[in-house]
Amino acid sequence: MPVCAIPIQPIKLMGVFLVEMMSGAAMVVRALKDVGVKHVFGYPGGAVLDIYDALYAQEDVQHILVRHEQAAAHMADGYARATGQTGTVLVTSGPGATNTITGIATAYMDSIPMVVLSGQVPSMHIGEDAFQETDMVGCSRPIVKHSFLVKRAIDIPEAIAKAYYIANSGRPGPVVVDLPKDTVNVQENHPYRFPEKVQMRSYNPTIKGHLGQIKKALKVLLKAKRPIVYVGGGAIACDASPLVTELAEKLKLPVTNTLMGLGAFPGDHPQFLGMLGMHGTVQANKTMHNADCILALGARFDDRVTNNVQKFCPHAQIIHVDIDPASISKTINVHIPVVGSVKTVLTQFFEQMHEIDENERKDQLHDWWEQIEAWRSRDCLAYAKDSGLIKPQQVIESLYKHTQGDAFITSDVGQHQMFAALYYPFAKPRRWINSGGLGTMGFGLPAAMGVQVAHPDAVVACVTGDGSIQMNIQELATCLQYGMPVKIISLNNRALGMVRQWQDMNYKGRHSHSYMDSLPDFVKLTEAYGHVGIKVEKPEELDDAMARCFALKDKLVFMDIAVDQNEHVYPMQIKYGAMDDMRLSKTERS
Amino acid sequence: MRRIISVLMENEPGALSRIIGLFSQRAYNVDSLCVAPIDDSSLSRLTITTQGDDKVIEQITKQVNKLIDVLKISDLTEGSHVERELMLVKVGTRNENSRAEVKRTVEIFRGKIVDVTPKNYTIELTGTSDKLDAFVQTIGQTGEIIELSRTGVCGLSRGEKAMRP
Repeated sequence: MPVCAIPIQPIKLMGVFLVEMMSGAAMVVRALKDVGVKHVFGYPGGAVLDIYDALYAQEDVQHILVRHEQAAAHMADGYARATGQTGTVLVTSGPGATNTITGIATAYMDSIPMVVLSGQVPSMHIGEDAFQETDMVGCSRPIVKHSFLVKRAIDIPEAIAKAYYIANSGRPGPVVVDLPKDTVNVQENHPYRFPEKVQMRSYNPTIKGHLGQIKKALKVLLKAKRPIVYVGGGAIACDASPLVTELAEKLKLPVTNTLMGLGAFPGDHPQFLGMLGMHGTVQANKTMHNADCILALGARFDDRVTNNVQKFCPHAQIIHVDIDPASISKTINVHIPVVGSVKTVLTQFFEQMHEIDENERKDQLHDWWEQIEAWRSRDCLAYAKDSGLIKPQQVIESLYKHTQGDAFITSDVGQHQMFAALYYPFAKPRRWINSGGLGTMGFGLPAAMGVQVAHPDAVVACVTGDGSIQMNIQELATCLQYGMPVKIISLNNRALGMVRQWQDMNYKGRHSHSYMDSLPDFVKLTEAYGHVGIKVEKPEELDDAMARCFALKDKLVFMDIAVDQNEHVYPMQIKYGAMDDMRLSKTERS
Repeated sequence: MRRIISVLMENEPGALSRIIGLFSQRAYNVDSLCVAPIDDSSLSRLTITTQGDDKVIEQITKQVNKLIDVLKISDLTEGSHVERELMLVKVGTRNENSRAEVKRTVEIFRGKIVDVTPKNYTIELTGTSDKLDAFVQTIGQTGEIIELSRTGVCGLSRGEKAMRP
């Protein structure tokens, strides 16, 4: 069945069409405007030339020309994470479309709203192995929330309206709209009707929590002697941060954020225990493991959090608030599930809560907090500073200082990602942007560019490494074209640090193909792209260099920082252990 | 444990592939699958027989329900239900004796002979999967099975319970 079954007849009155007539290509651009899209990240090609023609000489939708389609998807992703608005990608058929696959999968794993408009060969040639034909709907099927293959031009407005509705409601995610070339033909005009409201009988996400479950959850939470709040990306997706903070402060609850949830609860708050999980802090993982009640808010008990599920938090009653029922009891059995958006459910919590006596709460949790502070006093993030080499942790601390802790930080994947997550306490949501679920190297730079497009005046830094940055370094050209003053903080350890760390720990230090033996001169490379490069090799130069970098407000600056190659990320959970079985350094265990 | 899951979904291109894709993507098992449009031709009803413990079935149900094209899903095996499967089987008959024996077996199983040649019978049989299995086993002893085709299970809940949009 096509999306819209009845062809719309244009109504002609005194020689004037009441319904606007336009080509399919013009409809695409118009529908984007009508859903409120301001920026599109893309790359032209044969199947989308008509759409690109419609984009020409109009001001409603700004197009940003990337250098590789994967980067377009990451930019749209970064844009969406920083704003909460759906990111938009426009690519041609075949290789243009398949190049976005990694970007779509990245967004899918982290539940990021994104719409990918892909060109397709003309309908009559689908299935003929035509030039630049791939089955994009099929290729992307396991990594999209939904997809559309548009069959007729008049179906375009509805398909686009639905795509944006689906992408950014319920548990957000990427949606693909595949547009065969004949549907966007500029030679043919069709009536344009944009649906006023999108309604789908098969799609009605649950936003409000079940009252009975909420009452049950509150009873357990208020009674708990050793509670903890475990906050994930779901709390950021629905902008629930102020409510999370209010709840934690009112009830004096300790809070931990997941990698995806950093910033949902302020990183500089005294009740914050740091990130939890594989590279979580001792206090966060110990508090989780010993808790008698865990309130999980928009988190999904991912394997990078739980460690061995058999040994996971043996004493805890688990309350799980999540918009996606399929996330509940998927890996860990939950005692009190509440399906709904974190924001709405927390609002319901407050409605059901009676007067809270803050002193009583303090007394009730006194012993628990004393225990937590004892764990915290271990200072698990301390590191040796006297080696004469620049420590990666030190770079992040310097970055924090020079951005007053208020920048948008994107990261790639590896050791630098964990250092950034642990040593930059994010005080606000949507400031920490990383590929948490898929772990996509090459994400950081284009994501930072997407953030910069959304917030042209904000300070945006990409924390990366010598491995990751080379996976999308071509985008330095895009940065020049659009004047994006992104700051690239590259922790250069001449190796794939996280791979090397695992090889040190589990493979007797056999560094199989984890070295980078022929690195380019990043400073010269950056200069060749028309930007500023700064090389830093000594610890005493670091602060000055960082200051210089952020003083160059209108310039892209690439900081090539030579860091200690032998540094490991700690703490680190021990495989097959409980949450709090951790290595604290190369020699100590928890 | 064997389960029969019924799904009501939009009768749209790609909807079936999404469900099948989900099963392979999440490593769920599919024993049989049967799908066709219902009285409202904008909808299809799909019946999947699968294996899994309660936890696996819960996940299958939730993940399938999450697909945008899916309206309703229910596990028929949770309550009392009627299930049927249709089979067509072509059986070679060597001699008069075997022709008579096959015919008798078909009668016992309340099947129908729907096509006849001097050398074979084509038999139609409906029933539960167990009954069809039993027939296949019995007929294999009297005649030679040339080919067979089964539809997979379809089913409905008993009584008032129904799955409507």
